[in-house]
Amino acid sequence: MKMTRLAATLAATMLAAAPMLADTLHFPNLSYRTGPFAAGGIAFADGYADYFTLINERDGGIGGVPIRYSECETAYNTERGVECYQSIRNDSPLVLQPLSTGITYQLIPRTMEDGIPMHTMGYGRTSAVNGEVFNWTFNYPANYWDGASVIVNYLLSENDNSLEGKKIVLLYHNSAYGREPIATLNTLSERYGFQLVTIGVDSPGQEQGSQWLQIRRERPDYVVMWGWGVMNPTAIREAANIRFPMENFIGVWWSGSQQDVVPVGAAAHGYKALAMHGTGTDYPIYDDLRRYVIEPGKFAGTGDEVGSVLYSRGLYAAMLAVEAAKKAQEIHGVAVITPAMMRDGMANLEITEELMTELGLPNFGPAFSVSCQNHGGSGAAMIQQWDANAGEWNLITDWIYPDRELIMQMALEDSLAFAAENNMTPACMN
Amino acid sequence: MLYREAGDFKTSYVADSQTFPIRFDRYGYYFLLGFAFLVMPLVINDYWANAIVVPFLIYTIAALGLNILIGYCGQLSLGTGAFMAVGAYGCYKLMTAFPELNIIIVIVFAGFITASVGVLFGLPSLRIKGFYLAVATLAAQFFLIWLFTRTAWFYNYSPTGMISAPTREVFGFPVTGPRASAVSMYMICLCFLVVCAWLARNLTRGSLGRQWMAIRDMDIAAEIIGVNPLMAKLTAFAVSSFFIGIAGALLFAVYLGAAEAGEAFGIDKSFLVLFMVIIGGLGSIFGAFAGAFFLIVGPVLLKLLLVNGLGWPTDLAAHLEIMIIGALILVFLILEPHGIAALWRTIKEKLRLWPFPY
Repeated sequence: MKMTRLAATLAATMLAAAPMLADTLHFPNLSYRTGPFAAGGIAFADGYADYFTLINERDGGIGGVPIRYSECETAYNTERGVECYQSIRNDSPLVLQPLSTGITYQLIPRTMEDGIPMHTMGYGRTSAVNGEVFNWTFNYPANYWDGASVIVNYLLSENDNSLEGKKIVLLYHNSAYGREPIATLNTLSERYGFQLVTIGVDSPGQEQGSQWLQIRRERPDYVVMWGWGVMNPTAIREAANIRFPMENFIGVWWSGSQQDVVPVGAAAHGYKALAMHGTGTDYPIYDDLRRYVIEPGKFAGTGDEVGSVLYSRGLYAAMLAVEAAKKAQEIHGVAVITPAMMRDGMANLEITEELMTELGLPNFGPAFSVSCQNHGGSGAAMIQQWDANAGEWNLITDWIYPDRELIMQMALEDSLAFAAENNMTPACMN
Repeated sequence: MLYREAGDFKTSYVADSQTFPIRFDRYGYYFLLGFAFLVMPLVINDYWANAIVVPFLIYTIAALGLNILIGYCGQLSLGTGAFMAVGAYGCYKLMTAFPELNIIIVIVFAGFITASVGVLFGLPSLRIKGFYLAVATLAAQFFLIWLFTRTAWFYNYSPTGMISAPTREVFGFPVTGPRASAVSMYMICLCFLVVCAWLARNLTRGSLGRQWMAIRDMDIAAEIIGVNPLMAKLTAFAVSSFFIGIAGALLFAVYLGAAEAGEAFGIDKSFLVLFMVIIGGLGSIFGAFAGAFFLIVGPVLLKLLLVNGLGWPTDLAAHLEIMIIGALILVFLILEPHGIAALWRTIKEKLRLWPFPY
């Protein structure tokens, strides 16, 4: 009897695998709340979900159409990512946010074939900035190569515009994600005359003894880190152990959240990281969030991530998705948009300072606009520094712009190679 | 009731030594083949093919391969993940170097490449045994993955170290790449699986399989009765790696589409396939199927039930899934230490005697 009921439930599940709920906007989230990278995945997913809840509760959806939000657990694992993608692809997902460079690489050709837009904010395949080849993939407002260039530009400004003879170590997560910036940093090292040493850390990155021994031997002026998950606090702790000056240790935006520095304690004081957006709860939007989402208890997860760096990033990603959906509704004049319409919205997205203020996020992110030739936004980022005594990240610079000319040229080469491999003719869709 | 064997007489040795000597089993096998080849392609949808059936078929090939090595020849190996990576990278290099070569030939060649690498890493098995051999194959796991992540030639100097499968066609139907349809992916994996399973079954019934089993049961005694341990062990490594290489090539080219050695073929893959073999049943072809079904399809079905059926949060379901699968492994191994295949064997004996069991 029990077995029959189980089988019946299972059968019902199979039948209901692709519900076509009319008149909703489906925003799926390929999240990871389990596995070695859950600490970052939970915060991002909570922020992403809470913003959609806010839009539903406060505005009744986008243009009057309620948002349907769904989650699928990937555990940062590419095989489960494929499974998740298959389970939602027929459910008219408006935009995918896999939050994993490995899964992104897998989904790029599939989403192109299926016509589903993907937004890889600050991660994924950098050359997707070339919208003529990657029509369905967007990586605004910034990408890895931007990040590498911003760090070098920041170091240039710190050193009177000369890095001649300096030695910089890149400590990277030995995966598709960590290897992304190597090409850019190599080019920049030739241009500015600094020596680049790349040291890989195998996933998940709890073992870094030998790497830091090597760093100690190399005596670099700066260490730049491309880390994620448990690799970050381990690296910061090891840096503290060899007494590496924290202010010369700079992480990318995925290595600069509370989860990375809090476990290390006071030793992490002075550690720097890139910031592609603001952090904290000092933005007007949090009044609304508190009123509509947090106080009624409609928040995602346990609610303890509100205001953290990665929560803010999830919030930002959802905000950009909602703005793109609004744009798509405006372009096509219909409220219930399809993934193809959403793509048009994303391809014509324009974020201005006034719009950010209107949304309750003044000075939170850069102003940028998306075009067919540039799916990557402005690429600007700020530098933030961790204050272990106060327990907060402080922004220490204004927006720093990357060397976009170089990046666009490199991206063009890489994307054209992809187009040649796949027999594609680069062209704009609109 | 099910097994009516009355009147099922064999009149020749050939009939007596066929793979399925019992009529009911034989018809069941024909029915299953017919169902898999004729009915499934008509009813299968994208989600079922891509998320459940294709990985099941591919991992069954890998489990068949490892079962030959561990279950039939008694050589413990923890290098399965790396051998799958050899298959995948071999397939990638051949696909990109010879774009006009048929994908089926490419995958078979990838199997041969893996077989030669497997023989190379099987050489220590002549001197070391048991757990020590497991450690030696563990070295293969780490060395090969290191090689594939550090040597740019293997991933054609792509900036991220990812390899991705271009589109290739069989009879005009794309089977790899994003344009491949669910049915074509299913069919190519099914064909490879059927051929591999048929090969494995007949190899293990023949003189080679008997040599392997003699080595497994007692290597000194086997040597005395004239089994050449060098040949027996190395052929086991070669055949096993050939199957595992094919599985790796299919996993990369057909299922994943893009892969990265450390992430897709890590040590956890070695353990996953090892658990399939142990839970399914050592030394049994059916065991490979059962083990792969249990560990690949089981979690997905559980997820569908908990998340889509009961509407539980995804993280809770993911944690529960790990706990339930773990508990089921324990229950199965306590109930039947020799795996699901042995459980099925007992049930079958009971069914044959039914309704008068003794």
